Amino acid sequence: MKFAVIQFPGSSCDLDLYHAVTDVLGEKAEYVPHHETDLSAYDAILLPGGASYGDAVRAGALARTASIMDAVIAAVKEGKPVLGVGNGFQILTEAGLLPGAFLKNRDQKFICRNVKVQVVNNRTLFTSEYTEGEELNIPIAHGEGNFYCDEETYGRLKENNQIVFVYSDGNPNGSVGDIAGLVNEKGNVLGMMPHPERAAESILGSEDGLNVFKSIVNEWRESHANQA
Amino acid sequence: MKKANVYVTLRESVIDPQGTAAINVLHAKGHDNVKDVRIGKYIELTIEDTGQDLDTAVREMCEKLFVNTNVEDYRYEVLEVEEA
Repeated sequence: MKFAVIQFPGSSCDLDLYHAVTDVLGEKAEYVPHHETDLSAYDAILLPGGASYGDAVRAGALARTASIMDAVIAAVKEGKPVLGVGNGFQILTEAGLLPGAFLKNRDQKFICRNVKVQVVNNRTLFTSEYTEGEELNIPIAHGEGNFYCDEETYGRLKENNQIVFVYSDGNPNGSVGDIAGLVNEKGNVLGMMPHPERAAESILGSEDGLNVFKSIVNEWRESHANQA
Repeated sequence: MKKANVYVTLRESVIDPQGTAAINVLHAKGHDNVKDVRIGKYIELTIEDTGQDLDTAVREMCEKLFVNTNVEDYRYEVLEVEEA
């Protein structure tokens, strides 16, 4: 399976994502810069964390105008898995690929620490390797992770089981409904503020994030086997 | 030349974390009569006047870049400015 790791000026978790899928899982990956226009050679797209364009205007607001985003939108339409972590999640909401928006953290501070995250939906192509209700220990690192959507949208997210991860030991940033990660209606786009790539090896203190990548790979293998 | 001044604030329905922090400080400093603080952004655009419809252009710039209408409102004014 071949992953694309998108690189924007200011991305900083691109190497971590690359390392998780190649060195840890043994899959293929390539870096794809923001000015490229084609992602047809890849099976899954990863939008990294960091501070693309220095978070100028709003986190993700400039990245969503990069030419690679047209290719990301095309990949989403084709049903390919697209995962955005941290700033990647912010870019996905700015691009309208996921609902809602991000505000500054409730307590104004940049937060960088491990948090408890619960898997509330394991019937997605990103979470099938987890058990429902499983509690994960995964780091967050963000200043604008306070997810906001209006009540109507929140109701729809719940009804469609689009909420995938919630903060389960206190809400660190003020997010509506303790939301830490959600998928689009079709289920092939996941945005999450916790960083699974930073919890993908025991040497990092936690392996709880690895199953996100394993799920993507296994789901892809299965669908590929069915097609063959 | 024309100048467009754009004011961006969080929508009324959205809790403003910066405003909430600021009002607590103001109250601690004795400014009890302050009932609400909304902190936003102010953007100045200097635009060459080519006779095009600036309202449409400024609105497009706001909605495609400066403003996330999920959480923010904006207003703007277009002014005539002297050539430098």
